[in-house]
Order: sequence, then structure tokens, then C-alpha cells
Amino acid sequence: MSKAENKRRILGPLIPGLTSLAKKGPSGWMVIIGTIIVLALVIMTTIGPWTTPHDPIKYHGPIRTPPSPQFPMGTNHLGQDMLSRILCGGSIMLQVSALSVIVCFLVGVPLGLFSSYVGGIFDRIVSLVIDAIYAFPGLVIAIAVAAMLGTGVVNMALSIAVVYIPSYFRIVRSQVLTIKELTYIEAARATGARWHTILFRYIFPNVIPSIAVVASINFADAVLTAAGLTFIGLGVTVDVPDWGLDLTSGRALIASGAWWVIAFPGLMIILLALGFTLVGDGLSELLNPKLQR
Amino acid sequence: MPILEIDSLIVDYRTSRGTIHAVEDVSFSLEKGETMGLAGESGSGKSTLGLSMMRLVPYPGVIAKGHIKIGGTEIIKLPEHEMRTIRGKKVAYIFQDPMTSLNPVKKIGEHFVELIRTHAPNTGKEQAFERAKDILKNLGILPERINDYPHQFSGGMRQRIMIGLAIALNPVLVIADEPTTALDVIVQAKILDLLESLRKIYGMALILISHDLSIILERCDKLVVMYAGHMVEYASSTELHERPKHPYTQGLLQSIPNVELSDQRLSAIPGSPPNMLDLPKGCRFWPRCSYAMKACKVKEPPLISVGRDHFVRCFLYGEEGTNVERNRKS
Repeated sequence: MSKAENKRRILGPLIPGLTSLAKKGPSGWMVIIGTIIVLALVIMTTIGPWTTPHDPIKYHGPIRTPPSPQFPMGTNHLGQDMLSRILCGGSIMLQVSALSVIVCFLVGVPLGLFSSYVGGIFDRIVSLVIDAIYAFPGLVIAIAVAAMLGTGVVNMALSIAVVYIPSYFRIVRSQVLTIKELTYIEAARATGARWHTILFRYIFPNVIPSIAVVASINFADAVLTAAGLTFIGLGVTVDVPDWGLDLTSGRALIASGAWWVIAFPGLMIILLALGFTLVGDGLSELLNPKLQR
Repeated sequence: MPILEIDSLIVDYRTSRGTIHAVEDVSFSLEKGETMGLAGESGSGKSTLGLSMMRLVPYPGVIAKGHIKIGGTEIIKLPEHEMRTIRGKKVAYIFQDPMTSLNPVKKIGEHFVELIRTHAPNTGKEQAFERAKDILKNLGILPERINDYPHQFSGGMRQRIMIGLAIALNPVLVIADEPTTALDVIVQAKILDLLESLRKIYGMALILISHDLSIILERCDKLVVMYAGHMVEYASSTELHERPKHPYTQGLLQSIPNVELSDQRLSAIPGSPPNMLDLPKGCRFWPRCSYAMKACKVKEPPLISVGRDHFVRCFLYGEEGTNVERNRKS
């Protein structure tokens, strides 16, 4: 079997899906490009440990070497190879951001739906608690929670989730407040629909586009917050290669002219955040039938 | 047995500034296949009355007193899960604004499937889809469009779909709450014709709520005129058209444009409806009534019979007003 044939066999089923997305116009392309970016970074990180030219956590001698044939992205202040660290440094961020988005979604969305739909004193109390969390700067809360929980991927994800649950809650709640007064909800009630049917079949699908936007911002911000947590030592231990760790440790080296230590991890984080944002924005348009062509 | 019986119904809105009797002392009944009109200005309690028949009066509204019987079943005290089997199946409601009455993220077909399966959970999806297609055909909408989203239809088409949803389960009573207010005049006539022809096919009773007396007079067997929560007149359409008794009804009839008398100025009823929290003492209409007497300002007039199936809430036709009526005619 020739190489070209093999390629066609693998990409074959993908092409119809891609072309139908491409037909949806700019928003379809945004989803495609965003997905490609995120997928590429996920694959790169997954196979990273086997593709690195050097050991990412071993000290290779010369510190702060500018990019050269031997070290294409230079070395950092400890003499570690930056290229190797870039190739496998995304794993923590991807895990943390994915996990935190899942936790936020599972807690914030149902809470917002119920609280807003039920209303009354229950809604008041939940809103007050959530607003109290919302009033703090995000990173401060994340640091406080992380300090209580300790280090590790799950704990980082949880502390980031605490910061973002209010965003989900508030978006969902305000949307439900508007939607539940619309005539089609009343019409659904007039056809004898049960409350959970109304909540999950009528209200929830209309909230999804807004949630998709929050989730994309959440993904992008989780990446940055994870970097911040790592910086103050509440993230992962220093023997795990991580873009956030490199970014924050590289900040001190700018003054000495070692731009490559901060530039490459920074670019990777931006790229990842961009990928998530593209997917989120594209989806929010695609999922809204009113904006469909 | 009448399909709908309402007896001395009172519906309140319990607001923080006081209790409003949005519907007060309303009684009427409706037989199978009959059409009844509910006329009145905005805020006169027509929609509240319509919604109370499904027990869907929005918060802070409550049905305070009275009886509502649908097919002989008293619904006021019915538990919620039994009420749900009545909504949509026995009584259907068509809302005023077709633009927001359909779920924007659901295809038209799914609306029908959802409705049919709510009341008959064992119906297959295919079966429900077939039923939906049949209904669409009756509505004059191509069955192929079953997979389109609501925003792909015009206002008139959406209202036709709402009508289709209302009749899908063959209810005994359809309440149409100003079904044509959001539509232009030509579409209006078509929608009302459709409603009437479907009513004949399915043999259901229809309550048409409208502020437009001309529509109701043309299409309904009998009608109720509401003013500030009160039923002020109740009669058959022909009787009401020929012998309107209540000054308010007379005013409404005079304010309908007449094509043949184009050079005549249209008359209007002076003033505006009362504040429901601060009702005038006595008859609620007296501040705007040109026949107001002393008695009107003191006592609330009772609903009295002034002919066969003709009731009016006005002192002009009671003992106090016999003379006045004679004088007025001259």
C-alpha cells in the first residue's frame, strides 16, 4: 500500500465533516482552524516525551545559550534544552484546563439553571454566595484554594474551577431569567410539559451558545492561571516540564537579553489559548440557529 | 353537558401594593363546537381569564374563588400532574406573538413530536412525524419543511404552525389569545379562516380573545365583553350587534369603522380604563359613561337578564334605570 493511499484512507472519513463545516462560512473555518491548533498541540504534547532531542529536565551545560543548531530554541538559566521542554511542557496545562472546564460545567451550569428557574429565596442565597466569590480577583482565590488543597493536577484544576464557576453560573442564570419569560416557555407549559422537560429541553439548549463562549474563555484563562499557580509553587513540582513554569522563570531573564526562554513557551500558551478561543467563538455562532445561513 | 363551565370566577393578582381582582364574578358556559368571543381593552382581564382556564395565570396571580369545569371535571383543585394531562390535550392555547411562541433551537417537526409524546409516550418518533406531516398539509405548509427551524418561517406561517400544534391532539377547547394581533390584515383573515375551518373539521369549541370587536362579531356565536375585570355584557353575536345594551359595548360598536359611512367621524369612548388598584366606587365604567346616574357612583350594578341569553351589568336596564332608557331613545 502506497503512502498516498494510506493517507487517503485515514483522512477520507474526515473530509466530508470538514467540508460541511467549511460550507458554514467563517464560523465553520474558525472551528476548523481552532480544532486543528488544539489537536496539534495535544498530539505534540502526548508524543512529546519520545520526540525530544534532549532530556527536558536534565542540565546540559551551557546556560542561556541562544538558539543554535544544537539547541534550536536555546537553553534556560539551568541549561535545560528549551525545545525539549516545549515539546512535552503542555501536558499539565491541557490536563488542568480540560479538568477545570469539566468541573465548572458540571457545577456552574446546573446550579445556574436550577437557581434561576426556581427563583425565590434559594436563588437569592446561591447568587449571594456566588457573587461573594466573584468579588475576589480570580488569581487570589485560586491561590488561596490551591494553598489549602496542595499541589497536583487535580487540585490545580479544582482551584481554577472555583474561580470560574461564578462566570458559568451568572451567564446561565441571566440567560434563563430572560428565556423563562418568553412565550415559547409558556407555550410549552400550556402543552402540559413537565418542569424538567421545560428546563432541559427548552431552556438548556438555548443557553448552550453562551456556555460555549464562557467555556472557551475559561479554557484560555485556565491555561494562564495554571501558569500563575506554577509560578508561586502551588502548581506542579519543578521536575515536570511546563510552559507556565518556563514562562514565569523566563520573566526574570529578559533583563539579561535571553528572550528565547520566555518567547517560546509564551507563544505556545498564546497558540493554545487562541485555539480554544477560535473553537468557542465559532461554535457559539454555529450552535445558534438564528445566525445560521 | 357543556364543554366548559365557568361559575362566579375571581382571579386575583396579589401584588405588594394590594390585591387586584383581574377577573371578577365571571360566569358562562360553552357547548361542544361553539365559538365564543372575549372582547375588551388591554388590561380588562381577557388574557387572565383565558389563562385561568388552563390554570396558568402567571405569578402573583391566583384563582381566588369560583369554579371552572372542563368536560365536567372541576380543575380548580386538580393536582398538578392531572392538570398536565389536560393542558395541550383537552385544552390548547394559542398565544398572541407567533414570533416567540416556538422554541428557536428546535425544528418544527420536533415541536410536534415533543407534544405528541408528552401525552402519548408510547408513540414512535416516526409515527409522530407522520402525524405532524399530515397536520402541516392541513395548514397549507409543505410537509418537507418539517425539518426547518422556526426562524425560517414568516410570522403568518408560524402562527399557522401554532394553530397546528394546538389542534394536534384533537382538544375539546382551543383558546386563541389575540392570535392575529401581531400579523397584517390579509394574513389575519387567512389565519382566522384557517382556525374556523379546522374548528369545523375537528369539532372543537373555540374561545377567541381579541380587542377587535369586528373580528369577534363576524366569527363567533356568542360573546363576552369585559371591562376592568368585569363581564359587562354577554349575548349572542347577532343579538349584541343589533341590540347592544351596555354603554361600553355601544361605544365599542360605534368605534368600528364603517365602509359605507365613510364621511362620518369615528366616535371614541372618552377617557381611559381605570387603575385596577384604585377602582372608582360603584360601576367601574361610570367615569367614562355618558349615561352615568347617581346610583352608578354608589353601587356596583349586578348582572341582569335583558332578553334571551342576554345579560348586562348596567343600572340603565334595572328598576333604577327604566325611565332613563326611555328618555335616551327619544
